[in-house]
Amino acid sequence: MSENNRVLEAAQNAPYPLFIPFITAGDPNPEVTVDLALMLQEAGAHIIELGVPYSDPLADGPIIQRSAQRALAQGMSLSKAIDLVPKMREKGLTIPVIIFTYYNPVLQLGEETFLQRVRESKADGVLIPDLPFEESESLASQAKSLGLANISLVAPTSDKRIDEIASRAEGFLYCVSSTGVTGVRDHFPPEAYTFIKRVKESTAIPVAVGFGISKRAHVESLKGVADGVIVGSAIMKKVEEVYGKNAGESELDQIKAFVSSLISS
Amino acid sequence: MSKAYPDARGRFGEFGGKFVPETLMVALEELEEAFHEAMQDENFLNTYHHMLREYAGRPTPFTYAKQITEELGGAHIYLKREDLVHTGAHKLNNAIGQALLAKRMGKTKIVAETGAGQHGVATATICAKLGLECLVFMGEEDMRRQRLNVFRMELLGAQVVPATTGSKTLKDATNEAIRYWVANVEDTFYLIGSVVGPHPYPRIVRDFQCVIGEETKTQAKETFGRLPDVAVACVGGGSNAIGMFYPMLEDDVKMYGAEAAGKGISTSKHAATITKGTKGVIHGSLTYLIQDENGQIIEPYSISAGLDYPGIGPEHAHLANTGRVTYLPISDEEAIEALTLLTKREGILPALESAHALALAFQQAKSLEKDNVIVVSLSGRGDKDVHSIKDYLEKRL
Repeated sequence: MSENNRVLEAAQNAPYPLFIPFITAGDPNPEVTVDLALMLQEAGAHIIELGVPYSDPLADGPIIQRSAQRALAQGMSLSKAIDLVPKMREKGLTIPVIIFTYYNPVLQLGEETFLQRVRESKADGVLIPDLPFEESESLASQAKSLGLANISLVAPTSDKRIDEIASRAEGFLYCVSSTGVTGVRDHFPPEAYTFIKRVKESTAIPVAVGFGISKRAHVESLKGVADGVIVGSAIMKKVEEVYGKNAGESELDQIKAFVSSLISS
Repeated sequence: MSKAYPDARGRFGEFGGKFVPETLMVALEELEEAFHEAMQDENFLNTYHHMLREYAGRPTPFTYAKQITEELGGAHIYLKREDLVHTGAHKLNNAIGQALLAKRMGKTKIVAETGAGQHGVATATICAKLGLECLVFMGEEDMRRQRLNVFRMELLGAQVVPATTGSKTLKDATNEAIRYWVANVEDTFYLIGSVVGPHPYPRIVRDFQCVIGEETKTQAKETFGRLPDVAVACVGGGSNAIGMFYPMLEDDVKMYGAEAAGKGISTSKHAATITKGTKGVIHGSLTYLIQDENGQIIEPYSISAGLDYPGIGPEHAHLANTGRVTYLPISDEEAIEALTLLTKREGILPALESAHALALAFQQAKSLEKDNVIVVSLSGRGDKDVHSIKDYLEKRL
């Protein structure tokens, strides 16, 4: 089959926790985004989600919103974000990269051009949080023919849609921990674990949990329930803190230390 | 025919749809089902119409603008008086319908967005009446500009929450309301204020606003024995316009939507979505919107807060594409001129939004035969705008 399986392969071969960090392209600037990706690979990331900043990110909480605003102020765009991937590859990034973007920028570029650009950049998949399967038919089939994984999300409210979503899932299945937008949560409600177990039973491909993962305790509590975690807001909050002040020691080292404390046992 | 939309996928031609996070998909399906059942239920419809009559003050009058008609020397101009609906605008028609639907669905909390505050006030009003908890998101900037409406909502028992992201106006308040809904979807009903958002909202709001056009048709026949030749309404999201237009889509009536040209469509300060926008997705719906070449949404501008929205209802996008309705830009200046004229000649102070429709109607009237009739949707009253009008006129001096 296609190279689509690079994402699946990485997800399947990862020991717990399959670790998928999210970083916003262009925050605090494009050069640092490339460095962050490489640092994350070194810190043990199996797949990188490269987030494209958007003016109206409906699924995101305040941390990612602020991060997007900073990146947009730097002139970041969907095109420029895709162009960062070859730079990451040149510097030695080998793990799969998923381009995370809202649908409107994709629509302006054109679905076909978008997917071809993603493919040419040597990224491995796409994730569009505001494109439920009812609206994604054409994009999903084009992605498939180009060998790109189209990552699906499943939410606690998905209920009777879970099987339908699971049957379309590629690479890994993104399981939204609890209702609400992205961002740090203190803990997950008990029913979250029941839901994640149900999702896990619905599919053979790895299940990664996102939305709110910000502590070592979260990662530990999901062991045996899910295959991995997606961490976005917690990392971008750290980026905001570290790059927002003139820290003495290396900014990258500080973020690496935080990431390691999350996932290493 | 034109009236057949939306289709099963929630599309009006190519526009509309459901571009939302997965978390909301089931809620939208449930809403669609509940709405469909409610509209088949005689009790529900009776309650809705009873409240329109006894609480909102419908039917609203159909007023002949005699002085202006004579002064312009063209077509007869009639005004559909939505400014006389309780709380001062057509917004309550929809708020009543959706609040009753929320109650029927067993939801106890209502969340809404508001720009200038008209939809927020209408929602807070019906929530007070029906005993529902009410949360209204409003841009921090709009809260500053419309302090009295904030106070009014609070007096009605609503909690007003500032939207502090982006440009801190309607677009951002809508983002925040949707985000709140995503987090509280189990017990909360999102009561959207215009024919925008994901399917089935554009249809729900349209159906609850159609009373405007239906009454107009009846009143036109009673008053001059036939339908009008032309119908005009202002378009921000487009709820009063679709309420006026939809019942006449298959009739021989020409229709015009007035969108806000702000300081002019050759400047960046406008909200002329059809004239200047391109296809894109905003708040869950594929439509025309004002955006840059990278697909980032641009903040629009209009003197009228109710037209200051970067998108437009998907059904309007469709009606513009098929040519059934013509959408034309009206500037701040033209709106103010029309507002002043109506106030001085007819003793009616219209909302700044409605003044855009009046300006377009006055332009059309002049070029039409004297036996033609134009109906204008006078969507709201202008009391809320006196500060903005005063500022504008003083600056112009």
